[in-house]
Amino acid sequence: MAEITDKAREEFFSEAQEIIETLSRNLLALDAAQKAGKEDPSLINEAFRAVHTLKGLAGLFGAIRLGAFSHRLEDLLDDLRLGRMDLRPEVLDVLFATVDAYGRILTIEKEGRDEDLPSVDELFRRLDRLGQAVERGASPTGDYELDPGMLAVLTEYEEHRLRANIEQNLKLYRLRVQFDLSTIDKALDEMKERAKRHGEIITYLPTGEATGADAIELDLLLASRDDLATLIGTMGADNVVIEEIPRRRRSVAPSALPMPGSMGVAMAAKADPVILERVSEGAPDQGPSLRSLTQTVRVDIRKLDHLMNIVGELSIVRSSLSRIAERLRGEGSRQLATELMRLHRNFDRRLGEMQDGILEVRMVPLGQVFDRLARVVRQISRDLGKEIRLVITGAETEIDKLIVEELSDPLMHMIRNAIDHGIEAAERRAEVGKPLAGTIALNAFQKGNHVMIEVEDDGRGIDEVALVEKAVASGKIARSEASELVRDEILALIFVPGLSTREQADDLSGRGVGMDIVKTNINKLGGVIDVHSETGIGTKMAITLPITLAIVSALLVRVHDQVFAIPLSTVSEALSFDAASVRRVENREVITVRGSSLPICDLGRLLGLPEPHEDRRRRFVVVAALGNRRLGLVVDHLYGQEDIVIKPLGSSLSRVRGFAGATELGDQRVGLVIDSGSIIEEVLSGTEGPRERVSLLHG
Amino acid sequence: MRRVLLAEDSASMRAFVRAALTASANLGPLEIVEAQSGFDALRLLPRGAWDLVITDINMPDINGLELISFIRKNEAHKATPILIISTASSERDRDRGMQLGASAYLVKPFTAEALVDHALAQMGAAPASGAHG
Repeated sequence: MAEITDKAREEFFSEAQEIIETLSRNLLALDAAQKAGKEDPSLINEAFRAVHTLKGLAGLFGAIRLGAFSHRLEDLLDDLRLGRMDLRPEVLDVLFATVDAYGRILTIEKEGRDEDLPSVDELFRRLDRLGQAVERGASPTGDYELDPGMLAVLTEYEEHRLRANIEQNLKLYRLRVQFDLSTIDKALDEMKERAKRHGEIITYLPTGEATGADAIELDLLLASRDDLATLIGTMGADNVVIEEIPRRRRSVAPSALPMPGSMGVAMAAKADPVILERVSEGAPDQGPSLRSLTQTVRVDIRKLDHLMNIVGELSIVRSSLSRIAERLRGEGSRQLATELMRLHRNFDRRLGEMQDGILEVRMVPLGQVFDRLARVVRQISRDLGKEIRLVITGAETEIDKLIVEELSDPLMHMIRNAIDHGIEAAERRAEVGKPLAGTIALNAFQKGNHVMIEVEDDGRGIDEVALVEKAVASGKIARSEASELVRDEILALIFVPGLSTREQADDLSGRGVGMDIVKTNINKLGGVIDVHSETGIGTKMAITLPITLAIVSALLVRVHDQVFAIPLSTVSEALSFDAASVRRVENREVITVRGSSLPICDLGRLLGLPEPHEDRRRRFVVVAALGNRRLGLVVDHLYGQEDIVIKPLGSSLSRVRGFAGATELGDQRVGLVIDSGSIIEEVLSGTEGPRERVSLLHG
Repeated sequence: MRRVLLAEDSASMRAFVRAALTASANLGPLEIVEAQSGFDALRLLPRGAWDLVITDINMPDINGLELISFIRKNEAHKATPILIISTASSERDRDRGMQLGASAYLVKPFTAEALVDHALAQMGAAPASGAHG
């Protein structure tokens, strides 16, 4: 008998994850609708369906706890969608908490662990405390001339919605619509959009009459405040017939026909069903195919990584091709060299297209992580009793899937900090004339090959005096040093481990994750954080990230006798300079570039390479820039630009700081990839120290 | 080859049903056509004859009840056996489905064996193979 394969299990877990994300989005929309004083019952029904599906799947795949939890939640959502319970704020709170609980349950189910989840048990108790559902009275649907055929196919939910609309004394309409099967999705979505402006669609019923091989007729039951003429004005079309469903009046015969349907609308639906049946029999094998409507596949990102690695290998082949062509030219085989170069260019173009294609597939909108953050903001603002307005811009900005996954923790922590430490209490805000609700802005946008994400608050700003005092008191910096710090250096102190301006760690921000961890995690992704803060006005943290982690263009340089690759995304320019022009300013080597001074760092010295004996008067500086910081990396020779695939360092080297990985160079040699981000951080914050020597990679 | 139309909005559930039916020797070779929604099913239904329709109830827009009612009204498909697959909480909706003319129901979660038993009961075992070469 059918076994549940690993693949099926994996499918199940990713579907479960998607369902939970849908649930989360529905809850956020529900919350937003409530705050705007609107009601959208379809959102609760969608949440119910999500949990309902999850329960069914959990049972199938033996995920007992997931099943039990979904079962309990399904009951609650069922009560809510059927109007047996009101959606009070505390109910919504519990619903939001279930999203996190799902996350935990899913993790242990996936890993097959059996451990206690006290927070989930507590949530069960909170669910129990929400109180009893109240049964609603009998249906007043009998007051309308509703087609019994239509009533018979209503689900319990649809019946409830019909009742709720009738109770509000709305008018009921029947929209008979003919759809072309090949375009039904789009046409129906448009129809729904238009109908929603007038009221609620309660059900869709295929009439079974006018269907041919490529057409279908549906009856839509719509509840609305608007009158028939208004509806016909916006929804009328050749394929739509709108009729008001009359109320039963005791003085009128119950068989009273619906109002004449035409009213200037073509009566396309009144065609003879027999003729149409014949059409359907005559052409059973034409028209739309059996293919499914949505044409998407779910792909494991490791498969994309694998493809990307192959592209990487191919780009190494390509580099070799161009070198061979150059050699041929040098040896006098001009014609062969030209042919090879033509081939190379063609190969180069196609490879570029392939690379772009794979990269595009890896890209996902940041909205994925922003949705999660919106939940966190809501939760924290309720926990702390601070009213927060979250403003999100640029949620559609796309970035590598792997980066998105790694972003949610750092961003979550930054937001916690902003709400907890940044936004003042309401009384204080009133005193200084700020709006009572604090604002957290999450902005994302693309800037060249980078994506910028800003977390901005309109709170009190960072207390620089207190921060410096703390740094001195805890021995992180000397008193004498403290007086010489410039503004950016002071603000950068928040990233020093163990420094927080709060006297006591609290529940929110004091969970062991400090800004230093946030910074480390962002650096790992090849990004940097910059802090801007104005006392009394607010704080802005700006994260600069590469768009993808997969392939990078790099500048190949030589330092002594070793080749290194510096990712071009971090290089602003490269220039030659005279070693004699180096000055020392505040214990740091600088050179003057176009009138302003640039701190420099000798890569050979930083990496502990042996000093060569060659004359090194004329050297090169590669200006690495991340965010608003610049550092000149001093090298001996510039080779030029190549696309490289960064491969992780083996365990023996992974502890060495300053490297993002290794790469195969075109001539089959191995080169180390410089992690400009971490070197900039390290050198400019003055924490560079002796490091392990890197002379292992010679041939 | 006998044909089964499967209307279900969960991809994992569809995969499970497909795997269970395909693995059964008694059912013989099947062409299982998957519909991801009630609409999808309506679109696929006119494409030839079906030996069995398996449907979920709780689907967006066109629900399973509407699908069942449509099939029963349709001259070409009114005799096709329909198997409802739905969770225990949808008892009322399931009863409605039976009233509308569904042939049997199965409560989620179900085992592969139970599903195959129901499919066999509705369609019968595979006709003897080799009859037509």
